[in-house]
Amino acid sequence: MNPQPNSSTPAPAAADTGTGGSVVLAWLVVGLPLAWGVSQTFIKALALFK
Amino acid sequence: MADNSSSLLDRSRTIAGPGYNRWLVPPAALAIHLAIGQAYAFSVFNKPLGALISRDVAKPAPDDWTPLQIGVTFSIAIVLLGLSAAIFGKWLERVGPRKAMLASSLCFGGGFLIASLGVHLHSIWLLYFGYGFVGGIGLGIGYISPVSTLIKWFPDRKGVATGMAIMGFGGGAMIGSPLANNLMNHFKDSAPLGVAPTFIVMGIIYLIFMQFGVWTIRVPADDWKPAGYVPSTEHNDMITTANVSADNAIKTPQFWMLWVVLLCNVTAGIGVLETASPLIQETFSDTAMGAGKGVTAAAAAGFVGLLSLFNLLGRFFWSSASDKLGRKVAYAIYFGLGILLYALIPTLGHNLQLTLFVAVACVIISMYGGGFATAPAYLSDLFGKYQVGAIHGRLLTAWSTAGVLGPLIVHYLSDSRKAQGFTGAAAYQTVFYTMAGLLVVGFLANIIVTAVNERYHEKGPVTIEPGAH
Repeated sequence: MNPQPNSSTPAPAAADTGTGGSVVLAWLVVGLPLAWGVSQTFIKALALFK
Repeated sequence: MADNSSSLLDRSRTIAGPGYNRWLVPPAALAIHLAIGQAYAFSVFNKPLGALISRDVAKPAPDDWTPLQIGVTFSIAIVLLGLSAAIFGKWLERVGPRKAMLASSLCFGGGFLIASLGVHLHSIWLLYFGYGFVGGIGLGIGYISPVSTLIKWFPDRKGVATGMAIMGFGGGAMIGSPLANNLMNHFKDSAPLGVAPTFIVMGIIYLIFMQFGVWTIRVPADDWKPAGYVPSTEHNDMITTANVSADNAIKTPQFWMLWVVLLCNVTAGIGVLETASPLIQETFSDTAMGAGKGVTAAAAAGFVGLLSLFNLLGRFFWSSASDKLGRKVAYAIYFGLGILLYALIPTLGHNLQLTLFVAVACVIISMYGGGFATAPAYLSDLFGKYQVGAIHGRLLTAWSTAGVLGPLIVHYLSDSRKAQGFTGAAAYQTVFYTMAGLLVVGFLANIIVTAVNERYHEKGPVTIEPGAH
């Protein structure tokens, strides 16, 4: 769901253009470290079930 | 040059243009929260910091810092989190999220660098100043910086949006803990236990990582709405269309009821988090379970890890669920179900029901996280979007209070029981019953929250930031 610009919005800068690709990239930037942290925690948690 | 760089940070320069996808905002917020969430992993430094002179964590030297001295660092950081969130909240609303996020990154990253100097010089005061004071300010500003922006971008899914960001704070410890361990292991031959260079590298990594949030964040134009979004026309007393300023909000009983709600939620959660490792080891010991069947220290660490995971998941799950349930109902569930589950923990321990014990603790911690993550949306429902970030900042003083009170209560109660000769689950029985009692207080405080009286509403249209457009 993308925003609807309104007439009072300032002229867009190039950096303001958000495509599906940039959204995926942005989520990867934060998702990869988080996935690594979760995996490390999960491995540690496995000791509880051994 | 100076003019250019300052204007880039201005709120007016962060207003999204056409085509900006609002789903870029949650990752920007997550970049900040994943970084500052490292604070929850500070305990990973406890043993190395306590053996900088002896260089043997098993045999600290007389001049080494004591666990109490080191523990004060985290307490200072949490107190500064609440204070700075309260003090800088209105500034944040005025200057916008980008400048606030940059300030947060400089304080948080810089705090690590100052702390590394403290470690190098073995000055506890420099450690307190760096990680606790400067870093704590970074925590406070960073925690609230994306909240009101997210609420403005996601008026249709406030709980989902703030849940995603605040989930990052729970996830930050999961990254920070193994990262610190790997770095200390890498640097162990170049400095005492590798702590000082680890602080330097982590400070730089977090400073850089947070820049992603700083330069990705955008605020919506004042009259922007999501495509197809039609605000509900159904009258709901608990979701206002008016706006209340931060200064007026703290004059309302609703704000203080929510303050009590957060205080009770956090203090009770700390009851589990503080006791998790010794509780499970002492309750399910070899003596109780049979030789070789007790919970080991490694398994207890796994239990703590599992709780962290549910803390993270609960932040997103419960906060998102509150969009459907309503905030008041969501908190009634956290507290109502919480009272039963807290009271059940000692019985499960007494009956040696390990699997159920772990499952119940995980549900409790998921609701603890949910209580944190649902707060901004609750505030927005009651006080409007106008200064919700600043109001949230002031509410976080409840967290600081609980961060100091919670461990004191927990250790006092469990130590008293142990001094009376109680062992295993029985030693922690009063802790859990007291926490269940606190949840009763929180439940009642939530139940009596009503709509804010109109006399506190802003008269006429509000301007988010003078001169922004």
